[in-house]
Amino acid sequence: MGGGFATVGTGALAPGAREDKGRGGFAVEVSHLSKRYGDVEAVKDVSFSVSRGEVFAFLGPNGAGKTTTIKMLCTLARPTGGTATVGGFDVQRQPKAVRRRIGLVFQEQTLDDQLTAEENLRFHAVLYHVPRAEVDERIDRVLRLVALANRRGDLISTFSGGMARRLEIARGMLHTPAVLFLDEPTIGLDPQTRALMWEDVLRLRRDEGVTIFLTTHYMDEAEYADRIAIIDRGSIVALDTPDELKHLVEADTVELTTADDAQAAGRLSDAGFRVSQGEEALVIFVQDGETQVPRLIEVAGVPVRKVHVHRPTLDDVFLHFTGRQIREDHAERAMPMRMRAMARRR
Amino acid sequence: MTTVDVPTQRPVLVDEREDLASVVRTIGMVWERELIRFSRTRTRILSSFIQPVLFLFVLGYGMSTLVGTTAGFDFKKFLFPGIVAMSVVMTAMFSAISIVWDREFGFLREMVVAPVSRGALVIGKTLGGASVATVQGTIMLVLAPLIGVHLTPLLVVQVIGLELLMAVAMTTFGVFIASRIQKIEGFQVVMQLLLFPMLFLSGALFPLNGLPGWLTVITRINPLTYAVAPLRQVVFAAQNMPPAAAARFSASVTLFGYSLPIAVEIGIVCVFAVVFFVLAVAGFGKPE
Repeated sequence: MGGGFATVGTGALAPGAREDKGRGGFAVEVSHLSKRYGDVEAVKDVSFSVSRGEVFAFLGPNGAGKTTTIKMLCTLARPTGGTATVGGFDVQRQPKAVRRRIGLVFQEQTLDDQLTAEENLRFHAVLYHVPRAEVDERIDRVLRLVALANRRGDLISTFSGGMARRLEIARGMLHTPAVLFLDEPTIGLDPQTRALMWEDVLRLRRDEGVTIFLTTHYMDEAEYADRIAIIDRGSIVALDTPDELKHLVEADTVELTTADDAQAAGRLSDAGFRVSQGEEALVIFVQDGETQVPRLIEVAGVPVRKVHVHRPTLDDVFLHFTGRQIREDHAERAMPMRMRAMARRR
Repeated sequence: MTTVDVPTQRPVLVDEREDLASVVRTIGMVWERELIRFSRTRTRILSSFIQPVLFLFVLGYGMSTLVGTTAGFDFKKFLFPGIVAMSVVMTAMFSAISIVWDREFGFLREMVVAPVSRGALVIGKTLGGASVATVQGTIMLVLAPLIGVHLTPLLVVQVIGLELLMAVAMTTFGVFIASRIQKIEGFQVVMQLLLFPMLFLSGALFPLNGLPGWLTVITRINPLTYAVAPLRQVVFAAQNMPPAAAARFSASVTLFGYSLPIAVEIGIVCVFAVVFFVLAVAGFGKPE
C-alpha cells in the first residue's frame, strides 16, 4: 500500500519546490524506506519527499511508525530497507553530514536541568561546531525567536514544561539547520503554550527558511502543515494538503446515535451508505449531509436519539482512510512500548 | 493551499571539517559540563567527603587499638592513603555512572545525535569525571595532619598525579559499565556488587600480604589493587618509617613472590584504562 503512494508522494510537490527540481531541491527525500524490529515491521516501504521551506506533518496514532521514521531520518536508527536523504545527504552513508544539517526536538525533554538555558545552548553550539565568534550572537537570536531572552541565566529546573520545550526548539535552530524535526512537539502542553509554540515554529519558517518536519497525533495541529502524510500501521495511507485531504473524503459526515447501532449500521450499509462505527455514534459519509438526514433515519429503522451533521475535519479524514478514529486506538498503544523496549536493548 | 514563500536560507554556519580544534573544543565542553554540575551539587561533594571520613575514623580508631603501634606507626596512618583512594574511586564511579541519569533524562540523546565522534564525548566525560574525583581526593589531604601523616610539596604532587591516573581508569571503567546499564535501578546493583567489593579487596583498607590463598588470588585480579598500592607507597616513602613499621604495614603488592615496582603497577592501571576506554567508546550511543 505504501509503495502505491510513492507516486503520490513524489508527484504532489509544494509550490515552493517547482522551480527547483534538481538535486538539493528537496529537503527530505525518502524512497521505499522500511524498518523492522525483530518480527515487528514498524515502517513498511514508505516513500515521500519534502520541499525546502515546507511544513510537513506525519499524522497517525501512537505506534504508527512516526517516531521510527524520524529516527531513521536523523540517523538514530538504521533502515532495514530503502533509502533516505536529508539536505541532499544519504542518512546511511553520510550520517555526520546529515546530523550537521538537522535540528531535533525529541518527544522527551533532552535538556540538562542542572545547567542554565545559556549553558545548554552553549553546549549545543560547541557540539555542532558553530564558530566561536558567532556563538553569542546566535544564542541571542534563538532566545529572542522563542521569547526566552529574559530567562537566559536561569536553571532549566526552574522552567515550566512549555518553556523547556520552546528552549529545545531554539536549541534545534542554533546551528541553522536545513530541516528541523519535531517529534510530537506539543505533547503534554496546555493549549495556550501549544499556540505559542506554533507561533514560534511558523516564525522560524518565515524568518530562517527552515523546513519543518513534525509528527503529531493531534488533528488540529496537523492543520498548520502545508502537507500531511497520514501514516497508519507503518504505511502512508494518504498524502496531500489539508484541504485536498478533506476533499478526498468527498463528503459530509452525519453522526447518528441510535438505540441499536449494530442493526442500523447493517441496514445503512445494505442500502449502499458508507458507515463506520465511531467513538459514540455511527458515522456515515454522504454528499450534502443535511438533506440526507431524513432518509438516513428512515433507512436505519431504529429509534434515533441524536443527529449531528458536519463538514469534514481531519478526524474524518483519518477515519476515512483507516476505518478507525485516531484518539481511542488502544490496540496500537501497546506497540510503541514494545518498540521502545527493543530500542533500549539496542 | 498556502503558497510557501521560501526565504533564502542563511548559509549553514557549521564548519564542515571535524578538525583537531573542534574535537578539543568538544572535549572541553563536555568536561566543563561535568565541573559545572559538580559545583552545583553541594550535597554530593559533602557526602563524597563524609563517607570516607567515617571509614577513616571509625575503622581507623577502632582497629588501631587492636592492631597496636609498631615503631610509632599505627593503623590510621596505614589506612589514610587507602581512604584517599576510596574517595577518588567513589567520586569517579559516581561521575561516570551519571550517564545513566543522562540517559534517563534524555540529555545523552542530545550528545549522541550531535555530529561529533563518540571518542571525543567519552574523553570529555572521562576527563570531567577524573578532574572532579581528583579534586575530591585531594580535599581528603586536609585530614593528613590529624592522622599524623606528614605532607611534603613533592608528595602532594605525586599523590595528585596518581589520583588522576586512578580516576581516569575508574571513570572509563564506569562509563563502560554505565553504557551497559539501561535503568537507574541498575546503579544500586553496580555499587553493591561491583564497586564495594572492588574497594574492599583492593588493599585500601587492609594489607594484602599474608592473606589466605583464595583471597590473595582475588586481590591480585582486582585492577584497583594496582592503583591503590602506588599511592600508599609514595605516602609511606615520605614518612621516614622505621624498618619494623615498613615490614609490618607493607605498602607494595607481591605477585608470585616478587614485589612489584611502582612503574609496573602504573603500567597495569594504564592498560586497564585503555582497554575500558576502547570498550566504552564502542558501547556509547550506537544507532539502533
